[in-house]
Amino acid sequence: MNRIAVRWLVLAAGCAAWQAWAAWHHSPFFPPPSAIVARMYDLWFSGPATHLLLTPGATSNILPSLGRVCGGLAIAIAVGVPLGIALGRSAAASAYLEPLLHFGRSLPAVAFVTVFTIAFSLGTQSEIAFIAFGTTWPILLNTIDGARSVDPLQAETARAFRLPLGSRITKLIVPATLPKLFAGLRISVSLALVLMVVSELVGSSNGIGYQMNSASGDYDLTGLWAGIVLLGMLGYALNAAVLGIEHQVLAWHRGAHRLTS
Amino acid sequence: MTANGGNRQGRLRDRPDPYQADNVTGQTRTRPAARGDARPMRGHGPHPPSLAWKALATRWQRGLVGLAAFLLLAQLLGRSGVLSRPVLPLASTVLVRAAGLVGNPRFLIDLAATFEAWSAGLAIAVALAVPCGLVLGNVPGVRTATRALVDFLRPIPAVVLIPLAALLLGPGLRMNVTLIAYAAAWPVLLNTIYGLDDVDPLAKDTLRAFGFGRIAVIRRVCLPSAAPFIVTGIRLASSVALVVSIGVGVVTGRIDGNGIGAFIADASTSAPNTDVVLAAALWAGVLGLALNALIAWAGRRALPWHHDPGEPG
Repeated sequence: MNRIAVRWLVLAAGCAAWQAWAAWHHSPFFPPPSAIVARMYDLWFSGPATHLLLTPGATSNILPSLGRVCGGLAIAIAVGVPLGIALGRSAAASAYLEPLLHFGRSLPAVAFVTVFTIAFSLGTQSEIAFIAFGTTWPILLNTIDGARSVDPLQAETARAFRLPLGSRITKLIVPATLPKLFAGLRISVSLALVLMVVSELVGSSNGIGYQMNSASGDYDLTGLWAGIVLLGMLGYALNAAVLGIEHQVLAWHRGAHRLTS
Repeated sequence: MTANGGNRQGRLRDRPDPYQADNVTGQTRTRPAARGDARPMRGHGPHPPSLAWKALATRWQRGLVGLAAFLLLAQLLGRSGVLSRPVLPLASTVLVRAAGLVGNPRFLIDLAATFEAWSAGLAIAVALAVPCGLVLGNVPGVRTATRALVDFLRPIPAVVLIPLAALLLGPGLRMNVTLIAYAAAWPVLLNTIYGLDDVDPLAKDTLRAFGFGRIAVIRRVCLPSAAPFIVTGIRLASSVALVVSIGVGVVTGRIDGNGIGAFIADASTSAPNTDVVLAAALWAGVLGLALNALIAWAGRRALPWHHDPGEPG
């Protein structure tokens, strides 16, 4: 309890120091935190209660951005997990595809942003495809690793008892894959945010990145800072959400470790 | 033998997952494999060397077959018109274009500029993050105090700071290097802390018992034992640095100075030259693999006492 208090106290002290420094210097580049919070409230959270306090600016910029992140991640999971399990359980198939996959992962996804805007024409569709392309790699490669880590003794036992393929997948392979899968998912979630911002900065008609672009065009540094803080908060929240799901889903995993160790 | 062997292996596999995340920071723990890890060592397995060579040859063969099949499929899809030609060019067009870029002076200048920004940003990140990590890893009070600060700053992706950095620092190499250093510092910092958490407390206590001071303990025990983690952190940081340097170029274009990102931005604005963009991206991937291999090699040279059998090639 005491430690948590210290943590927040230091953070609050840091904000207070920034506030004091900003009041003293009036630097246009570092507006005081109070101004940033006020701008965030004006921009996004001063709406009517019927809209959960969201302003039209929030519904037309934050929600599309979040939708793109979730859509891209959903496609990445739908592609990466089944493919990863299949490749992880087949040594031959992964031998054929492994060099290709490792090279694919090493390609910096941001370099492809313009290819996606040309291929899918500007808009939400191309941004979702772009996010899905970039976030599939960590999920796919981690799922392959996880599916490989099935205990050979358990796999042999399942085969000896002629467990049908369906239940072998759901009862043996998927549970063994999940810890690695979540490790990949966490990487993908933070990557999805990066790709979302890049695609919106390069060209978009709405979204948080678009709003930041127009703020920087107007030299509205407070608006820019509001976007930065909002994206930091979104990153924190998305990461916490994935950790929470992982905590629930992998409760048995931690329990099993405690038993064996 | 089978039952015993299987059992032993089973127990080894039940150890905490090396990629298990730190519950608070959410960062993947990329724990370098220690000596005696359950994973088989390449070339030192139970098989005689000739068999190991044969297995390696089969792997190469299959990898090449897979690669050829992929290119052939992409080519056929393009030729048959399933993929529309102006949007997604033929695989052969991209490969020819990529080969042609080697003789393109503009591209070579951009490649060199990306490497320059990458190396400068990464060097600054390592020079800042390793000492900070040593402090945070050794002084629990500082670590507790800065926890919330780190947790709030880390989720802010470097690309979000592009518009602010462009206004603050002006476009150019300075802004590029600053953003790279910011993004690359996190993996190095967190891996340094994890490495220090993993130091054998017995070794530290032994040195302390023999009257060594705090600095001597850090220099003789903590640093050598955390070094493999730091190298892993630098490798993660290297790919992050490359992504940021290209991302900055793609977003800000040629005003930001030279670089592969600017080259891609040029190729996408003049006309829909997807083949040039894809060829440049291909080289960026090769650059990423080469830099990764370079750091892995340098790590092995610098840390001869640490043999990492699970190192991907």
